[in-house]
Amino acid sequence: MPSDDAHIDDARLVSQKPPHDDAPPTTSKNLDSDRELVGRAVTINRPVAELYAFFRDFTNLAQFMENIVRIDVQDAKHSHWVVKAPGGKTVEWDATVTDERENESITWQSDEGADVPNSGRVTFRNAGARGTVVTATIAYDPPAGTIGKLIAKLFQREPAIQARRDLRRFKQLMETGEVATAAMNRAQFEKEDA
Amino acid sequence: MRALAWHGKHDVRVDTVDDPGIVNPRDAIIKVTATAICGSDLHLYDGFIPTMQAGDILGHEFMGEVVEVGAKSTLKKGQKVVVPFTIACGSCYYCSKHQYSACDNGLPADNQDIAQELYGQPMSGLFGYSHMTGGYAGGQAEYVRVPFSDVGPIVIPDSVEDERVLFLSDILPTGWMAAENAEIEPGDIVAVWGCGPVGLFAIQSAKLMGADRIIAIDHFPRRLELARKFGAETINFEESATYEALMEMTGGIGPDAVIDAVGLEAHGFFVDNVIDQIKKSTFLGTDRPHSIRQAIVACRKGGRVSMPAVYGGFVDKFPLGALMEKGLTLKTGQTHVQHYMPGLLNAIMEGKIDTTFLISHRLDLEKGPEGYKMFHDNQNEVTKVVLKPGSGLAA
Repeated sequence: MPSDDAHIDDARLVSQKPPHDDAPPTTSKNLDSDRELVGRAVTINRPVAELYAFFRDFTNLAQFMENIVRIDVQDAKHSHWVVKAPGGKTVEWDATVTDERENESITWQSDEGADVPNSGRVTFRNAGARGTVVTATIAYDPPAGTIGKLIAKLFQREPAIQARRDLRRFKQLMETGEVATAAMNRAQFEKEDA
Repeated sequence: MRALAWHGKHDVRVDTVDDPGIVNPRDAIIKVTATAICGSDLHLYDGFIPTMQAGDILGHEFMGEVVEVGAKSTLKKGQKVVVPFTIACGSCYYCSKHQYSACDNGLPADNQDIAQELYGQPMSGLFGYSHMTGGYAGGQAEYVRVPFSDVGPIVIPDSVEDERVLFLSDILPTGWMAAENAEIEPGDIVAVWGCGPVGLFAIQSAKLMGADRIIAIDHFPRRLELARKFGAETINFEESATYEALMEMTGGIGPDAVIDAVGLEAHGFFVDNVIDQIKKSTFLGTDRPHSIRQAIVACRKGGRVSMPAVYGGFVDKFPLGALMEKGLTLKTGQTHVQHYMPGLLNAIMEGKIDTTFLISHRLDLEKGPEGYKMFHDNQNEVTKVVLKPGSGLAA
């Protein structure tokens, strides 16, 4: 981890949590309540290299991350994110890939001036016959504090729920080639997607 | 198109709704030629299943003709197919182990939250069975969108009549898996609670698997008569004491394997059942599990308990002590339909399994609401209602 990555700081997290077990820090009952930290793991029945390559091309992310309107990739490290927010609004930020290890992990962080300061890391671990364990950890400052988070929850845009759903969609897309939907036809699908 | 939709407790209607169409590449659209009302549809009809919404199209036992295919479907227009009620992707870890009802990808991501909270992990999708199981429109309709059509539907030769194969969609594989879960050994005595379609298919299956004797338990004379036709001995629990009868009939040992094919709508005025009913009606939400309690207590030491019956929530006074002290094995689960379809189609074609005996009523889809009412009100005479869209059949 580069030292300038202040948002996802394993050492800080671990120090907050008595080292009595082997559970991931994101599952600690004693997290710093000022910041939101979301961690989710999913096992995907595909090889590491395939998943890493798909994820590393950020233009693919909108295919399974429901709230992303689009990601414009500027160069190997820089991208611009446009994300749905409650009330039909969008929030935007520039993000920089701060660390990447091929077939292992990708870490990014929003640049100065982001609407919602955030950072994230996704890791890929070979799980043998089961495929690959993909873990996403996202740290963010909720918009407008607690009330902002409440509103976000009402709109089901709350990141803890979103992260879990997004990872499920990633798994569906990679394992089955499509994202499951109960929509009866295209018209209904587009209405639900809006 | 016309479709049978749920509008509330004891309120189903045939509505005109939008036609389905291809959404994903692996989809197919099926023109329904025959669809059955399942006993578990009565759980919806009675309002026992949460997360139903007015307008939800019901039906998870159906078959028909392929009329449209997505780019990655392996079906061809004009083929006759039976569709499994479980929606499974065929490519996840569970599907690769043929545990199709545990498929990771059959449920839309948003619909997985409820089951994740309630059960720990989400299960496969199901057609026409609440939003917790995906919110997929069901097959009691003129047309259905079938996801993952390259792994689910089984192609049937045109010459085979619908009624012989329709039950491959659910109740025949469910009865077969129930018998398989009972791990029947030659010489075994198997007791089956509930002689509805699943119980009756479990009886036929147990016989084929080598059970020496089968004891069927119900209170509807007509259903017990059908059980007897397949070689079962019977106990009418309104006339005889079930536990005492089972012990006497098995020489004081108890059945080697027991199958609960009743589930959460167990009938009869037993004290525990009445308490369950009071809690149900006061929204405390316990299931009504008299049959599973009785099955566990009757089962012989070291025996097997198979539970195809549908339970959705929590159970009070579950005889966990009897299960542990007697060293019983409990096996259960939604049916891995896709796994059983090919073998059971062969069994039907070879005449080893009789399916059409079950059908007591045939109606046009337009008469669907009458079908629900008669199935609900008269379970003695009405053993199975098959709806045929566009047939003009009246009750």
